[in-house]
Amino acid sequence: MVKQESESANRPDNTAFTQQRLPAWQPILSAGIVIPGFVLIGLAFIGIGVALFVTSRSIQVLELDYTGDSNGSPCSSCSQSVVTNCKCSLNFTLTTLFQGPVFFYYGLSNYFQNYRRYGASKDDNQLYGDLSYFTSPSSSCSPYDYDSSKKPIVPCGSIANSMFNDTFTLTWTVNGTTNNVPLDGKGIAWWTDYNIKYRNPSVTPLKNAFNGTVKPINWAKPAYELDASDPSNNGFVNQDFLVWMRRAALPNFRKLYRRIDASGDYQKGLPAGNYTIDIAYNYPVRAFNGAKKIVFSNVSWMGGRNEFLGIAYLVIGSLCVVMSIVMLIVYAKFKFPDEE
Amino acid sequence: MERLRWVQQCCRQLLAGDSRRGWYSDGLPTSSLLNTHSPRGRVCGKQRTVFPRNGRHQQDYERVSRNYKSNAISTTKYTFLTFIPMNLFEQFHRAANLYFLFLTLLNWVPVVEAFQKEITMIPLLLVLIIIAIKDALEDFRRYLFDKKVNNNVVRVFCGTQKSYVDQCWKNVQVGDFVHLSCNEIIPADMLLLYSSDPHGVCYIETANLDGETNLKQRQVVSDFPLQGEEFTPESFHSRIECENPNNDLSRFRGYMEHSNGVRVGLHSGNLLLRSCTIRNTETVVGIVVYAGHETKAMMNNSGPRYKRSKLEKHLNTDILWCVVLLFVMCLTAAIGHGLWMNSFKESIFQVDTETPPALAGFYIFWTMVIVLQVLIPISLYVSIEIVKLGQIYFIHNDLSLYNKQLDSRIQCRALNITEDLGQIQYLFSDKTGTLTENKMVFRRCSIFGVEYPHEENARRLEVYESENTETAVCSVTLKSGYSGKSLSCRSLSCNRSSVSLHTLTAEPMEEDQLSGHVQPRTGAFCSRMAKEVVPDPALGRKLNWLTNHSSSETPSSMELTYITDFFLALAICNSVVVSSPNQPRHVIPEERTPLKSLEEVKLMFQRFSFSPFSALSPSQIKGSPHSLKSRLFIRGKRGSLTLSTPVSNTTDVSSSSQENDSKPDLSAREEEEQDVEDQETEDDLKDTQTNPDEARQSMQDLTKQVEEITDELVYEAESPDEAALVHAARAYRCTLRGRSAESLLVDLPGIGSLAIQLLHILPFDSNRKRMSVVVRHPLTGQVVVFTKGADSVIMDLAESPTDQTEVYSHIKEKTQKHLDAYAREGLRTLCIAKKVLKEDEYDLWLKAHMLAESSIENREELLLESAQRLETNLTLLGSHCSSDLNHSISELKYQHLKRMRVFSGTTGIVDRLQEEVPETIAALQRAGIKVWVLTGDKQETAINIAYACKLLCASDKLLTANCGSKDACAALFEDLILEVQGGESLTALTGNGESMSSSFILVIDGRTLGWALEDELRSNFLELSRRCKAVICCRSTPLQKSQVVQLIRDHLGVMTLAVGDGANDVSMIQVADVGIGISGQEGMQAVMSSDFAISRFKHLSKLLLVHGHWCYSRLANMIQYFIYKNVMYVNLLFWYQFFCGFSGSVMTNSWVLILFNLIFTSAPPLIYGILNQDLPADALMELPELYQDAQTSKTFVPYMFWITVLDAFYQSLVCFFVPYFAYAGSDVGVLSFGSPINASALFIILLHQVIESNTLTWIHMVVLVLSCTSYFGFVLLLSGFCVTCSPPVNPLGIELLQMSHSLFYITCVLTTVAALLPRYAHTHTHCRNSCTGSVFPLGALYNSLIIKSFTLTTPGDANVVITDTAIH
Repeated sequence: MVKQESESANRPDNTAFTQQRLPAWQPILSAGIVIPGFVLIGLAFIGIGVALFVTSRSIQVLELDYTGDSNGSPCSSCSQSVVTNCKCSLNFTLTTLFQGPVFFYYGLSNYFQNYRRYGASKDDNQLYGDLSYFTSPSSSCSPYDYDSSKKPIVPCGSIANSMFNDTFTLTWTVNGTTNNVPLDGKGIAWWTDYNIKYRNPSVTPLKNAFNGTVKPINWAKPAYELDASDPSNNGFVNQDFLVWMRRAALPNFRKLYRRIDASGDYQKGLPAGNYTIDIAYNYPVRAFNGAKKIVFSNVSWMGGRNEFLGIAYLVIGSLCVVMSIVMLIVYAKFKFPDEE
Repeated sequence: MERLRWVQQCCRQLLAGDSRRGWYSDGLPTSSLLNTHSPRGRVCGKQRTVFPRNGRHQQDYERVSRNYKSNAISTTKYTFLTFIPMNLFEQFHRAANLYFLFLTLLNWVPVVEAFQKEITMIPLLLVLIIIAIKDALEDFRRYLFDKKVNNNVVRVFCGTQKSYVDQCWKNVQVGDFVHLSCNEIIPADMLLLYSSDPHGVCYIETANLDGETNLKQRQVVSDFPLQGEEFTPESFHSRIECENPNNDLSRFRGYMEHSNGVRVGLHSGNLLLRSCTIRNTETVVGIVVYAGHETKAMMNNSGPRYKRSKLEKHLNTDILWCVVLLFVMCLTAAIGHGLWMNSFKESIFQVDTETPPALAGFYIFWTMVIVLQVLIPISLYVSIEIVKLGQIYFIHNDLSLYNKQLDSRIQCRALNITEDLGQIQYLFSDKTGTLTENKMVFRRCSIFGVEYPHEENARRLEVYESENTETAVCSVTLKSGYSGKSLSCRSLSCNRSSVSLHTLTAEPMEEDQLSGHVQPRTGAFCSRMAKEVVPDPALGRKLNWLTNHSSSETPSSMELTYITDFFLALAICNSVVVSSPNQPRHVIPEERTPLKSLEEVKLMFQRFSFSPFSALSPSQIKGSPHSLKSRLFIRGKRGSLTLSTPVSNTTDVSSSSQENDSKPDLSAREEEEQDVEDQETEDDLKDTQTNPDEARQSMQDLTKQVEEITDELVYEAESPDEAALVHAARAYRCTLRGRSAESLLVDLPGIGSLAIQLLHILPFDSNRKRMSVVVRHPLTGQVVVFTKGADSVIMDLAESPTDQTEVYSHIKEKTQKHLDAYAREGLRTLCIAKKVLKEDEYDLWLKAHMLAESSIENREELLLESAQRLETNLTLLGSHCSSDLNHSISELKYQHLKRMRVFSGTTGIVDRLQEEVPETIAALQRAGIKVWVLTGDKQETAINIAYACKLLCASDKLLTANCGSKDACAALFEDLILEVQGGESLTALTGNGESMSSSFILVIDGRTLGWALEDELRSNFLELSRRCKAVICCRSTPLQKSQVVQLIRDHLGVMTLAVGDGANDVSMIQVADVGIGISGQEGMQAVMSSDFAISRFKHLSKLLLVHGHWCYSRLANMIQYFIYKNVMYVNLLFWYQFFCGFSGSVMTNSWVLILFNLIFTSAPPLIYGILNQDLPADALMELPELYQDAQTSKTFVPYMFWITVLDAFYQSLVCFFVPYFAYAGSDVGVLSFGSPINASALFIILLHQVIESNTLTWIHMVVLVLSCTSYFGFVLLLSGFCVTCSPPVNPLGIELLQMSHSLFYITCVLTTVAALLPRYAHTHTHCRNSCTGSVFPLGALYNSLIIKSFTLTTPGDANVVITDTAIH
């Protein structure tokens, strides 16, 4: 017995694995599966496409450019001048109800928040509320880490420095009366940003934490005074600041400014009527041939309005169906002579 | 466990590549280049001087030996301290590692920094660490092994204690006297000074060194004064001069100078080599001359073969294209960035713009190199090596490449050319042992011009063969000593229980066990078939006449002399080592007394009935102990000569031989004794012998009897023909009973045991194609040279017949006829010739020979010359044979076969074709592989074998090229080319390309081949051979074989494979792209130099057609997939540059980016490369034509690369722009935008693989699922817990939020489907075209096979597949 074992000690194991006989499945499927499969996929895609298209169509979007490039536009004076605290206002009329919930965005064009050196110009540790980084910001913030007098800038870096600082108020004129449309600035930033990623140093009052530092060069007010109306909305957890700090992926983007507070008259959205937006025009965009706009939009299950997805689904779905038809023809043409 | 060890072994070999660490036959660790330093550097001069240690030469010893290495070995590459620097140093020899080091360093330059500094180091670190761990483990194993070896104990002479004491191997020094017993392993290279064997011989087994298990004989230094007595190291005062350490196992030169100034030559026969084992010798003592790393064994560790496969060369061009692509992309980005910067008048986005756009563009170029680095696949090389390991694992484990009889698997010795197996276009095969079994069986012979057909023998062989085919397993009892086992056997212990005095003195019970052990291990080449030769009745009768002269048929005395000498030559002209289970091998029975031999001679003399003596020439009797015998014999001979020379026909001689029964010298006493002797030996035969009808029966009885007596003898021969001949001789009761360095013991029929003084052995070499032994003839006392060799050589040497030797020319003619007939039958022929040397001639030659032997320089050349001188001199002497009587006497004997009447014999040996050889060759030819046979055999034999193995069929046209001169050769080639072209155009006219009916076969002989390989004729030869279906080169030397392979390989630029089994195939195996050794009957040299070692020729078809095809298609596809994967993924980043001002921004977290290729998508290509089967094995075997795809590199052609790249571009475009449009204008953040892109890229890459795979098993599924989960697990973890890590692309919350949006999924689905749709459609239609289209003529057959095989492999899916293939 022992001898027999030793005689065939070198014999390879006869298993499906070692002999490469594992049961296998062929991904190149037969026409019998592929053709109906393609039809099914095609139909499914067409279905999704239609749904997306219809949904997208139902989303209302209102875009108002206020860059002021052209002379006729209300903000042209502001865009030309270098005057600070320039104000201008835009008017628009809604003929039907703008279905709620309505989101109020500001949009920028040709603005490269994704520029690598711009994007790198911040200090996550500082923004996390780590006081040691207040006095010595990361070098990645350069040249906005220290001001000319070598004082550390908090929050440092280009992103913070370039924070969007136009402000808007929306008024609704109906039957001659002008109402301020309530705007909700809470919860426009990501939950994780607000609660985890950005923190104010646990110093009260907050102002003391910023001792020995200076505000970013372009800012009118220091970080701890960003929102005078709500003390808790100051420092690094200021909602507008958080929104700005989440860099846009593409050069033409919009950022959430406010939500229309769904209360009172605005429960179902923006009712029909005339509206006026008063703009504190501060942010210069001409240097990079940019444009600014205001966007009102409501959302659906698929996000904002996007007709591309629906069309793409329809196209791909149709392609699948067409392919299955072609395959059917090929199948018929090649198979039947063979079988005769 | 076994598998694990195998992988470890493979890793070891794999990693050993660059450092020349070696493969070692017994698994001994191997020495690196660093350790086997050049000896020249250390010791001045070319010689080393060795003094005995601890003796009175202590001072000399210390002066000389200071620099000699001790016996401690260290094969480790590193120590604790040097591991990290040295390992890193070695690893950075790889270009890829340097490139990535450069990238890492680049990332530390602030202006071009793309990622966090640490991140770019990850791929490099990972690769370095993996390799370093493997190196460390391996080195540690070697360290342990070294320790074990170094601490082996051996008995070394201690000067102070005046006795042998136990010491560790590592403490042995040069100059030590080492005492070894049987079955001990030799610790260092030492000179044999004493052996317990009375003849000063000892046997060693070199299995640990070269895998050969037959015993080799070593001799005590000749003329050593202490010979025979117990050796006392104290009295050794000689000085040894020898060459410096070198790695030539078969060469050792030097001399020993005794204190009295006498010099004794030393040669390799005196040297005991480290790691060999002492066998059959009780004790030996030697002095160490080389120790430790300077031993030949250690210096001989050649590393594993490192060949670069064709695919890898191909791959490099693709990598180069990737570099070009990378350069273009980076340049685009650089220019784009410069322009973009230029378009802004003021400070852009509040980042300083002091850098001018041009400089910024330059910086961006380097940044982009870092960002897009993945395009150059760092892991590809590592992956390829892993994949090849996996492929080798499966080849190694294939049951159909396993030989049950030998219990050996295929050995894969080269690890990185698996895919070359799939591209072979030319196969060069040896004949003997490769196509045939190389189990030689004596078939028939011709002596004295008389043919002995041995019909009974033939019948027996047929019976044997048929029973062999019926029950292949049980009939083949041969279990060759060197199966793969002895190679893999790594234990230092004695696994071979051969007989020794040691074991003999043990208790009887042990002895029984021992013999039980010995039994299955018959000596090499001793198959039952070879051992049992049924004697030819006619020859048997003639031979019996010796023993029983009253036989009715009386051959002529001359013929009898021929016959006796023939068998004597068969028995002794060889290097066979005799051993027997019951008798220690080295003890030669000494029962023969001089008196007895005298009586025998007289008997012989009487029977031969020779004429009266004439005067003896003084030279023939001088001082020889055999003088009486020789005198008698010579006179008898001479008598026969005087009678036979005038007559031209043999029957006359026989009549005359009867007349001289009364010899004056024979006394009555002797006569009486002879009778007694007769009765003793052949009593039982007498009655039957007289009846011719019963002669056959009696012969069989005789044989049986002989076999019973001598059955326990085991012959260990170096080549199977030798064994066959010795066994044949034994069948005629001419039995080789023992051998020592100086004498041979032979049983002769009717005479009994004779000790033959062995003067010299001129061993076989392939240049001379013959071997000779110089002996003192037992009966005549003359110096006789027996030569055995290829017929052409012997015939040439016996070439110049003189006028009055018609009888010999007659014999020669007849013999030539027989030879041709044998060759036509496909038999291997050997001729045996003999020459008698006069004493003075011998002395003259001996002096020159001694000179040659003792010379240190050019010893081999001189010896060769010397041998040739001895062998060729024969013919010269023969040319004037009649001039004087003395001459003619001696001439008689030395004449070679033909014109030399003395004695000519030729043997035909059968070599059976291996099983399934014709089928294999047919399959290989169908696969488009041109099969060439390169053999050293005769043309007729080669052609016959070629017919037998279906290389030739009856309709083929044979083109024979045997030219006498170069010019004739040139002309012939021209003619042949014209003929072939004519034939081709004829085939073209008939319009049927498939008609293989008129294909041409070129047969070329060695001499013509030599001319054909010269520059002028080379092109014609190539042209001719290219057009032939097959080429058979006969009579080719090893060098020619390799030249042919080289010529074809280099000039036609094709993949070549050489397969062979013997030492003569080694050069061919090494030259070919793929060398395959057959671990057959002829030692391990071929295997040692091969890339793959198989045990049967038939394994080639599975190896090439299935494994080769798979390996190639797997690897080619895997590489393409790898490139696709990288291009596809990197392009996503590239497209993004168009939207971020070419600033080198990425939309993905850099960890994910780096790990994406390194981890998340690294396993699927490996699995694909190891497990994918583009076609089922059965289909590949049944349709060898499928092999042709890979031959012409169809899978890996340049346009496929570009198609792959284009597809990758398309997919990346889809993968980027679908999300782009889906998110355009929204408030999506950088990383949120990257999230769906990354996810869909993962899906696309994995599903692409699924589409490309031809088979999916649960392993694929597991790997795919693991890849997905690891990716999503990782990104979710990052998004959950990475708070301040990885700036500026902090992924906190990204994935969590994204994956809660339906848009993410909508995008992913659309992207994946849109990206894969073309590939899927293409794969489908492509398959459809190739399967049914007219492009592929085999469509229908192919389909049916696919159906069949898939029905077999996947019963569940069978019906599905059938319908599928039907539409194809």
